[in-house]
Amino acid sequence: MNLVLIAPEICMLATALAVIVADLFFQRKSILTIISLIGLAASFGFTLYLWGGNTQAIFNNMMVVDKFALFFKLLFPVMAALVILASNDYVSKFKDFQGEYYALVLLSTLGMMLISAATDLISIFIALELISLSLYALVGFLKDAKSTEASLKYLLLGAIASAILLYGMAFVFGFTGKTQLAEIAAAIQSLSIGGVSAAPGLMLGIVLLIVGFGFKIAAFPFQMWAPDVYEGAPTPITAFLSVASKAAGFAIILRIFYSAFSFPTWLSQDWAMIFAVLAAIGMTVGNIVAIPQTNIKRMLAYSSIAQAGYLIIGIATMGLASASSQLGQSSLLFFLAGYAVTNLGAFIAVIAISNKVGSDRISDYDGLSKRSPLLALALTLCLISLTGIPPTAGFMAKFYIFSSAVQHGLLWLVVIAVLNSVVSAYYYLRVVKVMWFNEPKFEGTVPSSTFLHIALIACCAGVIFLGVLPNYGMKLAEIAAKMFAF
Amino acid sequence: MDFNILSLIIFLPALGAIIIACISNSHAKLIKYIAALFTLIPLILGIVVFCNFDKSAAMSGVMQFQEKFSWIPLINSYYHVGLDGISLPLFLLMDLLGFLVVLISWKIDLRPREYFAWLLLLETSILGVFASLDILLFFIFWEIEVIPMFFLISIWGAGRKEYSALKYVLYTLFGSAMMLAGILCLYFTTGSLSMVDIMKNGIGSYVSVVPTALMFFLLLGGFAVKLPVFPFHTWLPDAHTDAPTAVSVVLAGALLKMGGYGMIRICVSFFPAVARQFAPLLIAFAVVNIIYGAAVTLKQTDIKRLIAYSSVSHMGFVLLGIFTLTQVSMVGATMQMVSHGLITGLLFATAGLIMHNTHEREIAKFGGLARQLPMITVIFTIAGLGAMGVPGTSGFIAEFMTFLGSFQSNVTYAHVFTVIAILGILMGAGYILWLLQRVFYGPPQDKFNGVHDADKLERVYSAIFIILIFTIGLYPSILTNIIKTGIAPIIHLVGG
Repeated sequence: MNLVLIAPEICMLATALAVIVADLFFQRKSILTIISLIGLAASFGFTLYLWGGNTQAIFNNMMVVDKFALFFKLLFPVMAALVILASNDYVSKFKDFQGEYYALVLLSTLGMMLISAATDLISIFIALELISLSLYALVGFLKDAKSTEASLKYLLLGAIASAILLYGMAFVFGFTGKTQLAEIAAAIQSLSIGGVSAAPGLMLGIVLLIVGFGFKIAAFPFQMWAPDVYEGAPTPITAFLSVASKAAGFAIILRIFYSAFSFPTWLSQDWAMIFAVLAAIGMTVGNIVAIPQTNIKRMLAYSSIAQAGYLIIGIATMGLASASSQLGQSSLLFFLAGYAVTNLGAFIAVIAISNKVGSDRISDYDGLSKRSPLLALALTLCLISLTGIPPTAGFMAKFYIFSSAVQHGLLWLVVIAVLNSVVSAYYYLRVVKVMWFNEPKFEGTVPSSTFLHIALIACCAGVIFLGVLPNYGMKLAEIAAKMFAF
Repeated sequence: MDFNILSLIIFLPALGAIIIACISNSHAKLIKYIAALFTLIPLILGIVVFCNFDKSAAMSGVMQFQEKFSWIPLINSYYHVGLDGISLPLFLLMDLLGFLVVLISWKIDLRPREYFAWLLLLETSILGVFASLDILLFFIFWEIEVIPMFFLISIWGAGRKEYSALKYVLYTLFGSAMMLAGILCLYFTTGSLSMVDIMKNGIGSYVSVVPTALMFFLLLGGFAVKLPVFPFHTWLPDAHTDAPTAVSVVLAGALLKMGGYGMIRICVSFFPAVARQFAPLLIAFAVVNIIYGAAVTLKQTDIKRLIAYSSVSHMGFVLLGIFTLTQVSMVGATMQMVSHGLITGLLFATAGLIMHNTHEREIAKFGGLARQLPMITVIFTIAGLGAMGVPGTSGFIAEFMTFLGSFQSNVTYAHVFTVIAILGILMGAGYILWLLQRVFYGPPQDKFNGVHDADKLERVYSAIFIILIFTIGLYPSILTNIIKTGIAPIIHLVGG
């Protein structure tokens, strides 16, 4: 068993432990930021080293090291690094447990890296719990009433979702006798046609799996936790939740549904239609409810519910596509990358502004362009990218995912999606409007640390790069989409 | 041309915008000179392109000054720009207007840095639309103009500026949403995003799962919102009236033409059979545009709103010319686009000047300005004559060709609709002459004593507009020869 194959994960664990230990010895907490960043960079480096290797199954087929997993092992450290850079200002608000904050973020990232490589129902569940438990604690870090309420809500609803997920896994296991994804697929294929459709338990198991994972990605109709949790959590954690935890959820949905439930074709078309309908309703609900929001974190929460809708279109495409076409998966991966930089950029700008203004109400963002033009410009760029206006990453991502959907017969879904983009323009541009047109209510510029500036510039650079020269990103997504399958 | 002159012209204003964004707001003069420089150089290069354009019949249907670079191989998209007979006049029009609006905006003192940065970015995006030969590139440039327009109208506008800006954005995005769906269907059917290839192969050579009529109407939806076609025109009066003067000039002069250009380049060229099938329906809408637009214009009481509604009517001529599908009418439609750009551009510029100097906008409050503002009166009258289509001005050539072509058309009911549409000229004369009489003639009013007439800069840019209007009006073949080479292959496809 070659340990080098799980070097990124080991590195991540070591960094988390190192941060906890370092917290005991050092007074200046920016040391912890630096240690975390070094660890994340090392993990990223190990993943790059593994990129050239062959696909291998490890731990008795419970995990696999393939390009798909490695893609996410590149993506998650970057997301975690950006969140940690942005947290530097925020962490000073916590009375204690500052070291534990960084460690929990790293452990959550570790769980995400594990889940992207997991190919067995058990290892998936373990990794999922690692992610969730770390996030439950992180959401409540501010220890005020709202934060604690958000954490409790997330914990309770998350526990119920995990229970439903486990129940679904039990059904799948019951009807196929296997927990390894490839073996499940083989078992389903070996059942006769009559056998599969006469096994309603299997269908129920799949539906329960959709419910459990749907909670994780805040897809309709499992999205009710998102606005409250996003609003109550510390804003860097909101950013982390909206981007990384969602990406992890999509990673595992892609892997399970592609590896285990792709055949027979009528099965994949069944769940593809379920996802398509969920996408359509989710986009519409998310966009419409976002319109009356006055708190920017809640607005971004509903916006991320809508964005999850766009992403689910990719899953539906994957279900309807033939085995040879990977368009659904690669367009979804590209969308995840673009959505990550865009949403993180928006949240990082919100972190800086909320720090100064002291509130999260959109009306308090008045006249920001006069006080901090670069910050306003960065937030404007990210909001334009979320709307899907060129030349940003958001537009390219939408174009790619919509074109793959049209190619597999989902024109009706694409029409709903583009109309939703128009609706979303209203509430995104409303924030742009108050920033640029109204008079500022506060004095002085918005202070922000160098770390935050670095993170913000990195995000904006990513948005423009993926928008103007998307080819590199698309090529990477295409390579990564070829998952290790049976 | 050995070097990439088109890309240079398209991206120089954007470069200027970035440079301007780095200068502080206190150096207003420097900002304005840089803006003027970065729009003058593209204009000079544009004139060079115009002079080097090959008008011979052998080059008809061939794209000139082409540049093609691989951009996103995964979806078969190239950075492909080029000009032909249809796009060259419109490209040059925007080139010219880009420079002239900088002159028109010379007196802006509120946040000049952002104003000129957005203005130059707007010019890049519109130039890109006319020069693009790749559908994705076309769409991207089409969308980029939304954000500068949003900012320009809502910060530097007047009246209900924020409402008008948001209305403009939402309408445009709605049209673009339809267009995107159409583009995706087109890409799915043909597997290619190259305008040249699709037009050459013809949509019939591809197996289409999506009916071609659906694709046609999805794409037309986007262009119909832009042109605008009744009933998608309600954004236009608000956006034009509440926008600052220079932005109204660009909006009327170039942005509306993007819709007409798209219709010719994409809707008619790619789907000639569908265009012929639905031509009577679209001509009916054109006539509604012309008559209804002119009728509503007659009852306007705000000077800018009046000119805005007259644009709706004039764009009806363009729609009529395009969908009667004859060589003469389509050349006339393109001529109308260029001519309207110049004439209505001048109308808006002068109206803005009047509003700025007299601080009034209601027509009822004006009167007898010819005595106090003789220069402005002359300029506005000439522009008004052009809008009416008086012989000698480019407006006459455009309207005459459009009507001549549409009367000869073999589209069903074409001559019936043409005759009805000619009524629009009569109504046009009505509102222009009434406007001139109410604003300039009659007894002079004391409250306008001491109002400034057009100063040197304003006289210079007005002169440029007027010279061009008369040049095209008296010697139209400098343009029609070029436009003919672009229209000929399309007519061949449509069988007109």
